[in-house]
Amino acid sequence: MLAAYPEGRKRSAVVPMLIYAQDETGAVTPELIAEVAKRCEVEPLQVDEVVGYYSMLHRKPLGKYHVQVCTNISCLLVGGEELYEHAKKKLGIGNKQVTADGQFSLEEVECMGACSWAPAVEINYDFHHYVTPERLDQLIDALRKAN
Amino acid sequence: MAETVKLTINGKQIEAEKGTLLIEVARQNGIEIPAFCYYQNLSLQAACRMCLVEVEKTPKLQVGCTLPVAEGMVVHTDSEVVRQSRKGMVELLLTNHPLDCPVCDKGGECELQDMTFRYGLGESRFVERKQHVDEEQWSPVVYFDRPRCIMCYRCVRVCNEGLDVTALGVGNRGVVSQILPNFHDHLECDECGACIDICPVGALTSGAYRYKTRPWEMHHVGTICTHCADGCRTTLGVRNEKIIRGNNRDSSGINGEFLCVKGRYAFDFTEHPERLQSPLMRAGGRLEPVSWSQALEAVAKKFIEVKQGSGHFGVIGSCHTTNEENFYLQKFARQVLGTKNVDHHRSGDLATLFDALTDRGKVLATVEDLANAKAVLVVASDLAQQHPMLANQIRASRRLRGARVYTVTPGPVREDKNAVASVRVQKGGELAGIESLRDKLKAESDLTIVFGDAIQGESLRKLIAFGDSLGLAVKYICLVDYSNSRGAFDMGLIPRDGGLSREQMLARDLDVLWVVGANPLKEVRGESKAGFLVVQDLFLTETAQRADIVLPAASAYEKTGTVTNVCGEVQKLKAAINVMGPKADLEIMGLIAREMGPAAVRTLGMWLPDKVFEEIRKTVHGYDVPMPVVATGGAAPTMPLNGRVAALPGSISSAGDTLFTSGTLGRYSKVLNSVMESPGALYEEKGRHS
Repeated sequence: MLAAYPEGRKRSAVVPMLIYAQDETGAVTPELIAEVAKRCEVEPLQVDEVVGYYSMLHRKPLGKYHVQVCTNISCLLVGGEELYEHAKKKLGIGNKQVTADGQFSLEEVECMGACSWAPAVEINYDFHHYVTPERLDQLIDALRKAN
Repeated sequence: MAETVKLTINGKQIEAEKGTLLIEVARQNGIEIPAFCYYQNLSLQAACRMCLVEVEKTPKLQVGCTLPVAEGMVVHTDSEVVRQSRKGMVELLLTNHPLDCPVCDKGGECELQDMTFRYGLGESRFVERKQHVDEEQWSPVVYFDRPRCIMCYRCVRVCNEGLDVTALGVGNRGVVSQILPNFHDHLECDECGACIDICPVGALTSGAYRYKTRPWEMHHVGTICTHCADGCRTTLGVRNEKIIRGNNRDSSGINGEFLCVKGRYAFDFTEHPERLQSPLMRAGGRLEPVSWSQALEAVAKKFIEVKQGSGHFGVIGSCHTTNEENFYLQKFARQVLGTKNVDHHRSGDLATLFDALTDRGKVLATVEDLANAKAVLVVASDLAQQHPMLANQIRASRRLRGARVYTVTPGPVREDKNAVASVRVQKGGELAGIESLRDKLKAESDLTIVFGDAIQGESLRKLIAFGDSLGLAVKYICLVDYSNSRGAFDMGLIPRDGGLSREQMLARDLDVLWVVGANPLKEVRGESKAGFLVVQDLFLTETAQRADIVLPAASAYEKTGTVTNVCGEVQKLKAAINVMGPKADLEIMGLIAREMGPAAVRTLGMWLPDKVFEEIRKTVHGYDVPMPVVATGGAAPTMPLNGRVAALPGSISSAGDTLFTSGTLGRYSKVLNSVMESPGALYEEKGRHS
């Protein structure tokens, strides 16, 4: 991955390296921070800053399916907030919490750039548009069944 | 001046270099654009928005600290809209800033306080409860009060860019952002305190200073740090004959604002409880306190007795005492006691350097030369540990002026990170290491070589021959250990003309050994071989414990005089405090002379620092320095490269102090001992904890 960046710019690889590593390990651990820092030739503290800054980097493991509901302005106007409340009830967890079986986690997120198809939900890397509470139930049930 | 542009600020026509930042141009022309996050010589941040100004023909207010000036620009820094925006900014900064100014260390010298008075609203519309977070202690000397922080990132930048330590960072984002130490709840760093100094508010405060006084209750004394040889000016805050803090916020010395942990905090040895208060004399095998008159009389009596009996003297001087004291001591030894056995702990081979460079022009680099050097070669020294200010200067030269750095060292050093080339060598292999850089160095336009004690004698001559063979202007800095190591050599505390060296003196059965401000018996076991041992020191050191008479001496912070730093620059000490009991070494020597009789006093002259310095200026090679420069607190370079110095007996070795040790003085500094757990040995890569 470091080869993708110009000479002397290893630092640029910190964010993608963290994202890919997080996908594999489930969370950004102190060991991971140290390893990324070593590979990108920066101080662990500088990697730590990045982890704190980006909301898609998590220090604790998420559920197998990470449900992200947008409640920013465009989604809010067409029912994003109701959708988020519904998701909380449906999964029985609050913001940034994980279900007891470790299958699902929920997060209230800011704009994901899917305003044209609001309200939007992102589950892991998959976007779902025009989501209604019923549609969300179907999505979650289907994922539950898939296990 | 390069290409210039014409612009107008507040109706004033101004010509400025193209590309200069507006905030700088305004300042140069006496117009203040307020700012928190902008700091000269640090990267631009544009975080505080305090410097917003109105630029005609641009729709919005512009950030003065990142805006380069351009032709025809018309700027207003004091229009109604600018004033309004500043009020808004101050109001926002104060929304969660606690109004604990009456107890805050920064109260009275706080930039936020000043800005609020000058540009603020006076009242806040925010009535919500402030979010309190308890203060955190990050290290023995660094405390963090999170609610006071205004997120200007100055501390983060100075630590990262200025010190190259990167111990501070920014966590989270938006309103919950906060400054973070590198080990989650604590700092492991140089403990230099630059972050505390640079903090515009009281968010970062000093463990040594906090809650002790208000800034206006102290008087401030600019003097020279008494630890390493770099000669940093430290401005001591003094109250009731107690030094309370050290900093150099007015950038008055060769070090600018830079100070390391020693210059900033390690003045506390002056009030160590074990500090000697009265003279001690051996009676019945034990050292017992006696009066000054008894002690001086006994010393003088012994000196006269041994001299009349044609006995042998040995005199070992100090690397911390002033030039005046060193000069007076060697004169005392040579002209009154009639001995050539004079030496001090030599930590750099100045004799060979001066000899090899005889009659050359300006080839000894000053601190300013180092700052302007285009290329620097560091040989056999862990500069960031042993000479923090020189290391800082090199970092600044590289960062701001693109200087190219080379290192030839036995282990990893901080300079490696940004060096063009780094060579690891075994002891003795330094010259081969340097040789391997020949082609690269040859391509430079000038070069400053900074070398440690591994380069001495023949290898130093070879190094200079190598420098000559490059065909470019080469300057040298010979590293020495302590605040006046250089001065001790220049003043003649050396065994020239066949005198005995320090080691030889310790090995012989001399009739009298007189040790002024040194601890030569530290590593020696058993009794002193000398028949009679006189010691002048601050503490009961290993040497003083074996003395027959111990005379308590004043420290550098308690006397006046001059010292010469590693680059040969003479600077003036100014007494910060008075102490009961001890006397300055110069006075002690003068009083001994007086006890010995009028002939001795006539030979030596009066023991007044100014009088002795006059004599130094007239008689010591290269010390004919301009008096106004020294008297006003400047640094006057000396050029002692005239007159050959014969090879001297005895060994030359650095004590190898790190950032957190400083010989005897360091052992008696509580602050230095409290931060000891941080980076230890020389040549150890630190920071990359994995």
